[in-house]
Amino acid sequence: MTKSVTDVICPFCGTLCDDLEVVVSDDGKTIVDVYNACAIGAEKFMHAQASGRVTRPRMQQPDGSYKEVSYDEAVEYTAQMLAKSKKPLMYGWSSTSCEAQSVGHEIAEQVGAIVDNTATVCHGTTLLAVQDVGIPSCTLGEVKNRADRIIFWGCNPCHAHPRHMSRYSIFPRGFFTNKGHKNRKMIVVDPRNTDTAKMADIHFQIEQGRDYELLSALRVALRKEVLPDTVAGVPKEKIYEAAELLTSGRFGIIFFGMGVTQTLSKNHNIDEAIMLTKDLNEFTKFSIMAMRGHYNVTGSGQVLGWQFGYPFCVDLSRGFARYNPGETSSNDLLRRGEVDAVFVLGSDPGAHFPISSVKKISELPSVAVDPHITPTTEVAKLHVPVAFVGVEVGGNCYRMDNVPIDARKVVDPPEGVLTDEEFLTRVNKRVKELMEA
Amino acid sequence: METVTLTIKSQPVLFLEADNITPDVFAGKSAADIASLHAYEGRDQITLGKYFDVAGKAGATAADTKIVVKGDVSRVKYIGMKMSAGEILVEKSADMYVGGWMQGGKLTVKGNVDAFAGLGMQNGELIIEGNAGNYLGAAYRGDWRGMQAGVIRVKGNAGSDIGTFMNGGTIIVEGNVDVHVGTHAEGGKIIVKGNGKSKIGGQMVEGEIYVFGTIDVMMPGYKYIEDVDLEVDGVKGKFALYHGDLGERHPKRKGQIVYGKLYQKI
Ligand code: SF4
Repeated sequence: MTKSVTDVICPFCGTLCDDLEVVVSDDGKTIVDVYNACAIGAEKFMHAQASGRVTRPRMQQPDGSYKEVSYDEAVEYTAQMLAKSKKPLMYGWSSTSCEAQSVGHEIAEQVGAIVDNTATVCHGTTLLAVQDVGIPSCTLGEVKNRADRIIFWGCNPCHAHPRHMSRYSIFPRGFFTNKGHKNRKMIVVDPRNTDTAKMADIHFQIEQGRDYELLSALRVALRKEVLPDTVAGVPKEKIYEAAELLTSGRFGIIFFGMGVTQTLSKNHNIDEAIMLTKDLNEFTKFSIMAMRGHYNVTGSGQVLGWQFGYPFCVDLSRGFARYNPGETSSNDLLRRGEVDAVFVLGSDPGAHFPISSVKKISELPSVAVDPHITPTTEVAKLHVPVAFVGVEVGGNCYRMDNVPIDARKVVDPPEGVLTDEEFLTRVNKRVKELMEA
Repeated sequence: METVTLTIKSQPVLFLEADNITPDVFAGKSAADIASLHAYEGRDQITLGKYFDVAGKAGATAADTKIVVKGDVSRVKYIGMKMSAGEILVEKSADMYVGGWMQGGKLTVKGNVDAFAGLGMQNGELIIEGNAGNYLGAAYRGDWRGMQAGVIRVKGNAGSDIGTFMNGGTIIVEGNVDVHVGTHAEGGKIIVKGNGKSKIGGQMVEGEIYVFGTIDVMMPGYKYIEDVDLEVDGVKGKFALYHGDLGERHPKRKGQIVYGKLYQKI
């Protein structure tokens, strides 16, 4: 006999689907099947079950091999490393619960660390723009029920957020959008001809790195001012037409992703997109939303925000919170040699950071906390395996529209494996003793 | 005027935050007093004396004090932060935030400086003889007040995002600049004697930008108005005047709409 757990949330992407059904074996130990999830979401659940999973901390030896150590030894090593360091970097936090993040921040405050999350290589530029000019946003529920003009700018939900379009943005029949996608006009701006672009009513295949110019041109068009013949490779007639289409809707939304946050102009692109959204509100209702990647990167920004006032790149080294991406951002810190120890939890910088930064991590005292073996755990001096949040332990998470959703536990973690929160709590206690001594 | 000489003894392992290196803080202090002022290396509070030999003494006021910094201080941040008077001469390169929030006096760096030099500058004179990094004379994150007044002169090149949210003062870059010049500016003057790249004057409300060399890609919201004869920083020439950014809001004064002005030398 198997049993079914319903209303499970998917701990993979920022869409944070909350309608999954997971079938588990009678003893509650193994996952048999996952319903409603997209392929990458289902894979996340099945992966938790993969054989050969590491269930005890491992310390790298001088010859590159690994030695199994106890959790007690792992706690001691981590606490000593953080307490001895003058300026440790505590990075990651996007694939764990808000509860664990909060304990991590307590440790960071004690040791004067820099706390940074994956936004630093992703939507951090969005956060900069929001700080400069504010943001008119909404929830995904409003998009589903009201939006009839949908723009995907520099993002490819077909692959990165597979159920986004079916649950919220294009296909669902909502209260004022009862004909589903027939009620909606879809515009995609992307230099590549992606699968998302292929579905669009209009695809602007713009020149690489000219998003800022095209966004600016749309604002010029809304003001009925003159434009040059082409902008970013797009003829001006098309730009005036698009402006017309956007203002003619009842409720519009711009979704944007890393194709525009991490290309030339970075935060300025988002700044200009937000200002375009504000301008469009002179004509109709318009909103804008970041397509956040990791399932709880939004939560990390929230918790950091309410505890320290800044959503990423928080420098606590002088006992009060400071923030200046470009200086206190992980890659700049590593590149310039500004930190002397690295603690990673809930992210894989080994796979996502430039090789020069990864090399710096490998040269420093370092700890990686991750359920999997990853490129990061391979360079870190200590790898601490933990339970999967959202599969083996619950916890609070924030969807890309800043709606908090509680993740559910589906199965037990392997015997004796700690959760992020348990491990951090023990490190926190030990750090306190060391700092007071 | 009295002179204090700081000579760096060894390089810090991490970077040094030395916001106490200003004529204002040094004023009225002996060499020993200055050596015992604090600085930070990570979370450790240390004294300036740990990394610097201090010679000479300071004048009675900031205006009577000159500081000479000798040796490589490219791992030292915040030199001249908030200084209001007096003089600082850095003989080699310095790190970030040189002259940040500076209010007066004169600060000269013979080498290069990293990002955020002259951030939120309120007045005074900042001279960089080498190259400057990004965010020169820009606003601190989230602030809408970039450079307010004073002069920044860079003899070499400058990075991206110079004069962001600027609303007064003058920035002169004798070499080339990277993308984004005067973004969100509401005043002030930026003179680029070399080449510009793109995103020049984006979202600019008011202010003036002069580019002597090339512009790779012009912002779409700039409209050609006329050719004008001008003398700019000692150079006479004919410039094409553009108004913009037409995608941005603009105030009205005496019944006339005020635009940002972009001049390109022909
Ligand atoms: S769209 Fe995202 S949250 Fe939803 S099931 Fe797929 S991976 Fe999970």
